[in-house]
Amino acid sequence: MYALFSVASGLGTGLIGFYLGLGLVAIVRGLTGHDAYDEQVSITFGYVFGLIGWLMGVGMWGAWGREWFGLRTYWRKAPGWQRYFTFSPDHKVIGLQYLVTFIIVFLLAGLGAMLMRWELMESGMQLFNHDQYNAVMGLHGILMVAVAVAAVVGGLGNYFVPLMIGAEDMAFPRLNALTYWLIPPVAAMLLSTPFLGGIEHGWTAYPPLSVVTDSSQVLFGLAVITFGLTSILGGLNFIITIIYMRAPGLTWGKLPIFVWSMFVTSWMALLYTQGFAVALLMVLLDRIAGMSFFNAETGGDPLLYQHVFWFYSHPAVYIMVLPGFGIALEVISHFSRKPLFAYRYAVGGLLGILGLGGVVWAHHMFTSGMPNYLHGPFLVATEAISIPTGLVFLAALGTIWMGRLWLRTPMLFGLAVIFNFACGGVTGIFLADVPTDIHLQDTYFVVAHFHYTIVGGEIFGLFAGIYYWFPKMTGRMYNEKLAQLHFWWMFISFNVTFFVMHWPGIQGMNRRIADYPESLENVNLFVSISAFLLGASFIVFVYNMVYSWIRGPVAEANPWAARTIEWQIPSPPPVENFPEPPLVKGHPYDYGVPGSVHAVFPGAATLPAGGGGGQ
Amino acid sequence: MAAATHAAHAPHDTLRIKRAGLWLFFFSETILFGLLMSARFFLEGIEREHLDQALGVGITSILVTSSVTAYMAETAIEHDRRGEAMWWLLGTIALGFVFAFGVGYEWATAEFSRHEAFGTVFFTMTGVHAGHVLSGVGLLALVAIQLGRGRFSSKEHWPISGTIMYWHFVDIVWIFFYPTLYLV
Repeated sequence: MYALFSVASGLGTGLIGFYLGLGLVAIVRGLTGHDAYDEQVSITFGYVFGLIGWLMGVGMWGAWGREWFGLRTYWRKAPGWQRYFTFSPDHKVIGLQYLVTFIIVFLLAGLGAMLMRWELMESGMQLFNHDQYNAVMGLHGILMVAVAVAAVVGGLGNYFVPLMIGAEDMAFPRLNALTYWLIPPVAAMLLSTPFLGGIEHGWTAYPPLSVVTDSSQVLFGLAVITFGLTSILGGLNFIITIIYMRAPGLTWGKLPIFVWSMFVTSWMALLYTQGFAVALLMVLLDRIAGMSFFNAETGGDPLLYQHVFWFYSHPAVYIMVLPGFGIALEVISHFSRKPLFAYRYAVGGLLGILGLGGVVWAHHMFTSGMPNYLHGPFLVATEAISIPTGLVFLAALGTIWMGRLWLRTPMLFGLAVIFNFACGGVTGIFLADVPTDIHLQDTYFVVAHFHYTIVGGEIFGLFAGIYYWFPKMTGRMYNEKLAQLHFWWMFISFNVTFFVMHWPGIQGMNRRIADYPESLENVNLFVSISAFLLGASFIVFVYNMVYSWIRGPVAEANPWAARTIEWQIPSPPPVENFPEPPLVKGHPYDYGVPGSVHAVFPGAATLPAGGGGGQ
Repeated sequence: MAAATHAAHAPHDTLRIKRAGLWLFFFSETILFGLLMSARFFLEGIEREHLDQALGVGITSILVTSSVTAYMAETAIEHDRRGEAMWWLLGTIALGFVFAFGVGYEWATAEFSRHEAFGTVFFTMTGVHAGHVLSGVGLLALVAIQLGRGRFSSKEHWPISGTIMYWHFVDIVWIFFYPTLYLV
């Protein structure tokens, strides 16, 4: 009932806001002598007001809005599972809201990939016509980008950063709730685009196509700008939380590496996300107000879009993959039972990626017709970024070296991150070098490359994190056999799919195109079948998660005997996180160092649940 | 809100946290305005259409003056002079409206259209900035209403300080936009 009430009142006020926006547009346009209704203008303003109405109705008005007018604030409280449908300030609730939402989005977007591979099994058109293929491809792209940007950061980051730094919550709990409740409208808008003509320009939305195509582009632009807002505000919240909310004694040199990776990621999100938003704002202005950012006839320049867009969208790949690195290093240290090798260098590597990540964007534009003198600097900067990335790899390999590896599922996924990203990194060199890139630009080689880096680097990291922290989040243990089955199934079919996909790319098979020459039919059939196998592996995952969450055996507080703070409290953690505030004494990864301990609870009567030294 | 339920923890310095959060928001906004400014130079180089220079100087000095009045309002509330703070706030709001009106007048009398490149960047930059000015006016009005109901004092005036920080920030953005659009 509470859940229904919360969401229904959000939808109600959202609708009221939407019609208010339409009405205002009609009045203003009527007064200035235009038609009262213009599809694009009315939808845009209706959406802005509708979004505010949705947020206020879903609970922000009581928790926050009233304060702006000097009124008393209140939270809508709901028992049990229903609290996941309310505007809740608790970072653990918000983390699970993000995680479950984005797993659903991930599965839907994966279904889109299956449909595309179905179409590509044979040359010629079978399942779709060209427009439908483009719509599915664009939707798969933008949904997966959203998953990659927000699933780890919003889900696992929200849940575990405050726990790992010993804080009672994020620095701005209400802002945190706001960032989550912006997501449902974004997802709904993106999922409705296929019924309004589809986003046929792919997730990159290059003009001039995005300026002249159907009005589903308006929905796409508004949804992505809203999503950018989520990303920026979330990043801001993480940075402030990590700077100001750490437990006493938790110095920067003792910060768990996952928290470091979230810190660096958050800076990226805060500083660069504007690029995507501004680029799409320009597209919207070109469409709605008849401006001329990208119309070369009247002095515009489509290249401007690519610069502004990649100014965000290259750093975005680090927003996606750095949390994956963080989780991988975290589990590799815990499951090798060794201190994290070269901790300081790993942190330096993350910071180096933050520094270099903003000056490499034009390597996506080597064939765009930008001035030739830009090729050299961007080639060098792009290749230079492998140096800080190498430091992260150094830390991972040095930790595994001579460790007593405990090959449970999180560790397997963590090791897979290192393996997959190495493959993605090697193919990246061909795309960073101008001569090879000119041949490989816009082929399936690029598709294989970025799936190796993002899926192999981040989505594997996401699963490592989900399995690693599942007992902490739910208080129950997943089924290890099914989890290992999921791992091997996914790992092998993923590698077969995308390793083979390099080959049609080198042969010149174009990405984003629904058809291809008959000579490439065999290899595409093979890739499609292994892609279906990859898709099927997630059935095991979903079954394992759902069943274990409901029926799984009750988990111990610290099943991995890990030392970091989140494992020293009961599973799932109490609402206030720490009944007794923790005090940090030593390094989080000092496994095997006699007498060392990471955190103690000075006020507690009993000793922490586990994770002392000497293990 | 959260602090009340977590009595076991030492209270964090919430004012510092809020201020730092606002500064990060300004960082992020700076990138937004910086990208729009880059678009201006990317499309038009250092070319410029004819603009009313007297109007440009006029609205710029009005906005700078409004920063002074905003500062006076903050100083007044820090010394518990509520009535005086109210007058300075209302003055700032009025100057903000005058600025927005000036931008609107410039739009109405501009000799170029939004369908050409300079018009595109001019209307976008001034439009996005004027939108920020108007949102600042809205925030100032909200804190003024609460001040009128006797809420703030020298000990608790973060909403006023935060709003005025935002006002200064929007002002500084114009200090960069004005030469970019009018003087280049």
